Amino acid sequence: MAKDWPLWEVFVRGAHGAGHRHVGSLHAPDAEMALKNARDVYTRRNEGVSIWVVPSAAITASAPGDKGPLFDPANSKVYRHPTFYDIPDDVGHM
Amino acid sequence: MAPLFELCLRMGDSTLILGQRLSEWCGHAPVLEEDIALANVALDLIGQTQMWLGLAGEVEGQGRDADALAFRRDAGAFRNLLLVERPNGDFGHTIMRQFLFDAWHLPMLRALAGSSEPRVAAIAQKAEREVAYHLERSAGLVIRLGDGTGESRARMQAALDALWPWAGEMFAGDGVDAALAAGEIAPDPARLRPAWDGTVDAVLAEATLARPAGSFFHRGGRAGRHTEHLGHLLAEMQFLQRAYPGAAW
Amino acid sequence: MYAQMVRSTGTLKSRAEMTPEEAAFQDRIDRGERIEPQDWMPEGYRRTLIRQIGQHAHSEVVGQLPEGNWITRAPTLERKAILIAKVQDEAGHGLYLYAAAETLGVSRDALIEDLLAGRMKYSSIFNYPTLTWADIGAIGWLVDGAAIMNQVPLQRTSYGPYARAMVRICKEESFHQRQGYAIMMKMARGTPEQREMAQDALNRFWFPALMMFGPSDRDSVHSAQSMAWRIKINSNDELRQKFVDQTVPQAEFLGLTIPDPELRWNEAKGGYDFSEPDWAEFHEVLRGNGPCNADRMAARRKAWDEGAWVREALAAHAAKRAARPVAAE
Repeated sequence: MAKDWPLWEVFVRGAHGAGHRHVGSLHAPDAEMALKNARDVYTRRNEGVSIWVVPSAAITASAPGDKGPLFDPANSKVYRHPTFYDIPDDVGHM
Repeated sequence: MAPLFELCLRMGDSTLILGQRLSEWCGHAPVLEEDIALANVALDLIGQTQMWLGLAGEVEGQGRDADALAFRRDAGAFRNLLLVERPNGDFGHTIMRQFLFDAWHLPMLRALAGSSEPRVAAIAQKAEREVAYHLERSAGLVIRLGDGTGESRARMQAALDALWPWAGEMFAGDGVDAALAAGEIAPDPARLRPAWDGTVDAVLAEATLARPAGSFFHRGGRAGRHTEHLGHLLAEMQFLQRAYPGAAW
Repeated sequence: MYAQMVRSTGTLKSRAEMTPEEAAFQDRIDRGERIEPQDWMPEGYRRTLIRQIGQHAHSEVVGQLPEGNWITRAPTLERKAILIAKVQDEAGHGLYLYAAAETLGVSRDALIEDLLAGRMKYSSIFNYPTLTWADIGAIGWLVDGAAIMNQVPLQRTSYGPYARAMVRICKEESFHQRQGYAIMMKMARGTPEQREMAQDALNRFWFPALMMFGPSDRDSVHSAQSMAWRIKINSNDELRQKFVDQTVPQAEFLGLTIPDPELRWNEAKGGYDFSEPDWAEFHEVLRGNGPCNADRMAARRKAWDEGAWVREALAAHAAKRAARPVAAE
């Protein structure tokens, strides 16, 4: 029986995308093959100009229980969001 | 026959037959990732076929388009390399055939990208980018499967030994090639050998595979003398166009 | 659908019967929240999802075969390229779905072994043969049409990774049905022989396409729990009706006849009345007695078995490389 190939998480940055976005996962025996497979699987429709692959096992995720403490403070910082500011229409697009 | 027309057939028929061979793998590869990757290579090759055979039809000026040339010529009119009509064999055999072809295809396209014939140069420039990736991928797999397990090394060495006599034809030019080279439309095939040797030797070394010693090679593809396999491949590929002449699909 | 007759683990519980965790979980689903891999979930939810997503993935992978049957005989270079791209998308969809299932703690290889051992199923539709080129048109038009009808609502399913896979799949699948219909248009307006092939394809695929939605809700014992969990969004009959209503005018446009003498517009319900498919045939196909079950499984088993040395070799190479001293890099 073949040994299972490890799972990789794939992040792609599109031509106009600001940062790499998680697009999905795949299996590959090593990092170089993971990168090639990612190109073949996740950029078939010209979706990307740059790819990252990360072993799924290397990802540390926030625990569901943290949802409150980790994200609530940011929720209260509404001033970080552009819609917080009331700009008169006369000023034009900002 | 006009040398330019011949060149387009030689390029387009090789990409067509290899694309057809690779498409036989759809749904049958060892893992999903390879299914998808092989299909990408097949799609690139069929796209290149549309360009080469489209230009062939244009150059010929008899009203034949790429489909007419692909689906309504018999084996004797095909100009593909014998290597690409070899049956798929196991996955390793398919990958080895791909690698030996890619290692020639890339320098060939690089040379054609500087062709004095602008339409040839344009196709080659587009195809070159695709084929650079094909070579990267097939070379990577030859290395991994060669230097993998005992079984995989044995399979890859057997594939290499079996395919080797079908590779030399790539570098054996004829009168058409001489005319093309004189007009700076295409390179003298022999000129591509050092680049191919360099790639093949480096990859085989890393793959821990032994380069076969023999220098004998089969030839005939350029002249339309093919193996038995091409007739069967065409019988399948051309079935609908032959069974229902005049129908549009 | 691509996941038919998925057995739901656990019977539908009333609020009073739920543990506090189960009640909180149900509340989240009722609020429209997404459940993510690390969240607490009832064991039945997890197991039902593995079965459903796994079956969906298997269907995509086996679904490569009937269409793949015509890739080498596609009539033009463009049709060949389109068909390769479509079958390739199906491999991709299988891959995305397996990855979604893996977030529930099962490996892809284990799911594949389950399929090959007959412990898991795939959609009944892929056990019918593709006999002419028109069948490739009919599959795109009818089979993908039916699949899309089911998959669009699944983009809102409760399990995050499944919903995200469906979003990607729906986006990619938008061309599949259109390319099938384009083939049907060519055939229906082609030579008399092509027309005949088109009608014959519709005759053979109509009822198998209706079966894709699964048995009537009256006989579907697992629907209630799955709908409460929002891993099934619409009822089988609801989707089947929608499919018929959508497809009949498309057939009329082609000048083809739906092979159902009972088919007629029902003004009162604002939809078509139509005949039920032969459910005895459906159950036989699921039991393995469809025309192509044996061939489809043999093809998948062959690919898996003959690919074993490749998968092993690449893993072995990666291990060798990882073991090499860093200085040699």
